[in-house]
Amino acid sequence: MSFLPLDIDPQALKGMTDHAEAAFPNECCGFFYGSEDGQIRAVTVSTEVTNSKEGDQRRRFAISHKDYLNAERHAAREGLTLLGVYHSHPLHPAIPSEHDLAVALPYFSYIIVSVQPKGTAHVRSWQLNEQRHFAEEAIVALPEAWRVS
Amino acid sequence: MAQLIIPTPLRKFTDGQGIFTQEAATVKDLLAALAAQHPGLKPHLFEDSGSLRSFIRVYVGDEDIHALEGEDTALQANDEVSIIPAIAGGL
Repeated sequence: MSFLPLDIDPQALKGMTDHAEAAFPNECCGFFYGSEDGQIRAVTVSTEVTNSKEGDQRRRFAISHKDYLNAERHAAREGLTLLGVYHSHPLHPAIPSEHDLAVALPYFSYIIVSVQPKGTAHVRSWQLNEQRHFAEEAIVALPEAWRVS
Repeated sequence: MAQLIIPTPLRKFTDGQGIFTQEAATVKDLLAALAAQHPGLKPHLFEDSGSLRSFIRVYVGDEDIHALEGEDTALQANDEVSIIPAIAGGL
């Protein structure tokens, strides 16, 4: 199974990487919205959400039920599709962990920002396949510096 | 009739339908009607025992049913019920 490539609006992408850098050394998280046309999954807006994880936020994140409820309501109100969740991996690669997999949902894109003290290192996106494994999604027009070579 | 909001990632199991509307006396009845109409949703909502999965929360309006009467929470005609999946992760 192959997934639609992600086309992320530059401002939406900047919102995610700025958030990841501001939250460092903690993990940040948020939602993103947009639309699909059968050829591309277009991310037009990203919104920050409070990391509600109690305990070590350098290694974990959680989004409250209320924030999820508000995200679905926001999408319905704006005529957008809730396309997925982003979060950061401080000092670690932008590869999903066991904890990411444990509660991952179908359909959503999971964008991970790998962030170092000097700033964003890489941005990658993943989606669950039919076997409940993460498969990477292509991101078109991602700045070269944030690609994994 | 009560309106049930299907979370976006589970709409692939409801033919893209985001809202399920049904006459139901309780949350439990509403969820059972949803699962009967869209059986593909069942493993995502319920354990084999029939109880709601721990990763899933249900809200009536802005209230978690855990703070109400659980799945026995009575529904009024215009209640909005939301299924909320857990969102979490980390390193």
